[in-house]
Amino acid sequence: MKADTTEQALLKGLANNDSKAIETIYKDNFSMVQAFILHNNGSYDDAKDIFQEAMIALYEKAQSESFVLTCQIKTYVYSICRRLWLKRLQQLGRYSNQIDSLDETVPVEEDLEIHEKRNAEFAIMDRAMNSLGEPCKSLLEGYYLKKMGMQELAIEFGYTNADNAKNQKYKCLMRLKKLFFSQYNIGD
Amino acid sequence: MDDILLLEAIERYLSGDMDAAERTYFETLRKNTPEIDQMVVEHSMFLHQMDIYSVHRNLKQSLQATHAKLLERGEVNEGGELTTKGRVIQLWNKYKRVTAIAASVGGIIALVISGLAIYFSPVVNGSQIEQLSKAIEVIKKNQQYQGTLINEVKSKIPENAKLISGGSGFLIDPKGYIITNAHVLKGSGAVVVNSKGQEFNATIANIDLEKDLAILKINDQDYEPLKSLPYSIRRANTDLGEQIFTLGYPRNDIVYGEGYLSARTGYNSDSLTYQVQISANPGNSGGPVFNNNGEVIGVLSTRQAQAEGVTFAVKSKNIFRMVDELSNSDTSLEKIKLPTHSTLKGVERKLQITRLEDCVFYVKAYRK
Repeated sequence: MKADTTEQALLKGLANNDSKAIETIYKDNFSMVQAFILHNNGSYDDAKDIFQEAMIALYEKAQSESFVLTCQIKTYVYSICRRLWLKRLQQLGRYSNQIDSLDETVPVEEDLEIHEKRNAEFAIMDRAMNSLGEPCKSLLEGYYLKKMGMQELAIEFGYTNADNAKNQKYKCLMRLKKLFFSQYNIGD
Repeated sequence: MDDILLLEAIERYLSGDMDAAERTYFETLRKNTPEIDQMVVEHSMFLHQMDIYSVHRNLKQSLQATHAKLLERGEVNEGGELTTKGRVIQLWNKYKRVTAIAASVGGIIALVISGLAIYFSPVVNGSQIEQLSKAIEVIKKNQQYQGTLINEVKSKIPENAKLISGGSGFLIDPKGYIITNAHVLKGSGAVVVNSKGQEFNATIANIDLEKDLAILKINDQDYEPLKSLPYSIRRANTDLGEQIFTLGYPRNDIVYGEGYLSARTGYNSDSLTYQVQISANPGNSGGPVFNNNGEVIGVLSTRQAQAEGVTFAVKSKNIFRMVDELSNSDTSLEKIKLPTHSTLKGVERKLQITRLEDCVFYVKAYRK
């Protein structure tokens, strides 16, 4: 079953961070996942977490160059959530063998592996960022995440000129790199 | 400080901010200094990680925002009970495949069961059993056909009468008593036609719907009674496997057919009838079933719709009962004398038929 054109458009929208597409996919699939999680020992928060993670996995899939979704978004999202939730339950020691397996699922193990690697990298970066302390964190976020110009940042952070701000930024960046790679290399 | 300058250079190099000369210089430097080369690779990778991190963070934020938005609009639920509607839809989505399969299986089973029920139901008049009387259209056509072929014979059917059904019948008394099936006589009157195409008016003398037999009396001046009947009517039951033959009018001409007695009882173990293996068609109803000795052993009546050649014949002993009933109820009638002696024993089949032909009639029932 090839994903139809509406679904293709939605995925394309998702890959381009189009909020309308995100909203549509969210709305169409969240309740299904929520019902699944709630019926299988989960809470509302679990449902939200798992679903959003699946959305990220879908986003990654949509972004990859070799992207081909051979099933409906619904089936894919459900399959991801199902795997994620089973894993989570196992980790929490709440494994429930009553998980219903009546729904159609597609094999997502490979995608999840990639997703998990990305997730780990994200966590390392997040930890590194959070242990930087201010104003380093905000400065780097401003430059690398929000793509603000040096001049702009200098004004916002109260540096006397852009060069000083730039200097400070590089110092922060070096610390961040150190933090990141110490974790990253271990993790690798 | 050097590190910072280097980092800045790398970043500018990676983002493509260097001009051509600077770039060439940096590339040479990179080529000659493995440490710098390593730093470039590392930083490029790090920036890529930063990009991914940034994208993911933004996505997470927009997912959170979307969630909050949908929550506010009530398009997703959180906390409290899920609405019944949502749950039903969920269940439906979840199980629609199974439901569809179950429904179709159920449907098929229902059809099979009703099919079996119809198949085994004892309703004799159902579609399983076809009475071998003919439909009106067929007769109408036949009548026209006859009209063109035998012009000299004037129809005895009243002009404004409507033909209802047709079948066969045979003499049980040379005075003009004919036995046929009750279901053949659907209208208000009947004519009988002999094998030569002569029509005679007839009245119903006795009819028994349960036995599906009727006795007709020819009341016609044109009728010349035969001296005697060549066949007899068998009082006892007949054995399985007995060779049998029949004469009847499934079409305008008399038609011969042969077979054997296949069961002592009829449809659904009906003890009034036999099952015979013989090819019979609408119009054969009421026709005689003879054995090789020229004894009438039954009256053809119905056939099983789905099975080829499975035909049922009313046992001949019922003819005796019919005649007895008739003479008991109406003493004014002349006594019917059933033939008791067959003169056809050991006679060649062709000769048998020649002598039997005159005694088998085409029965047409009409309504005025």
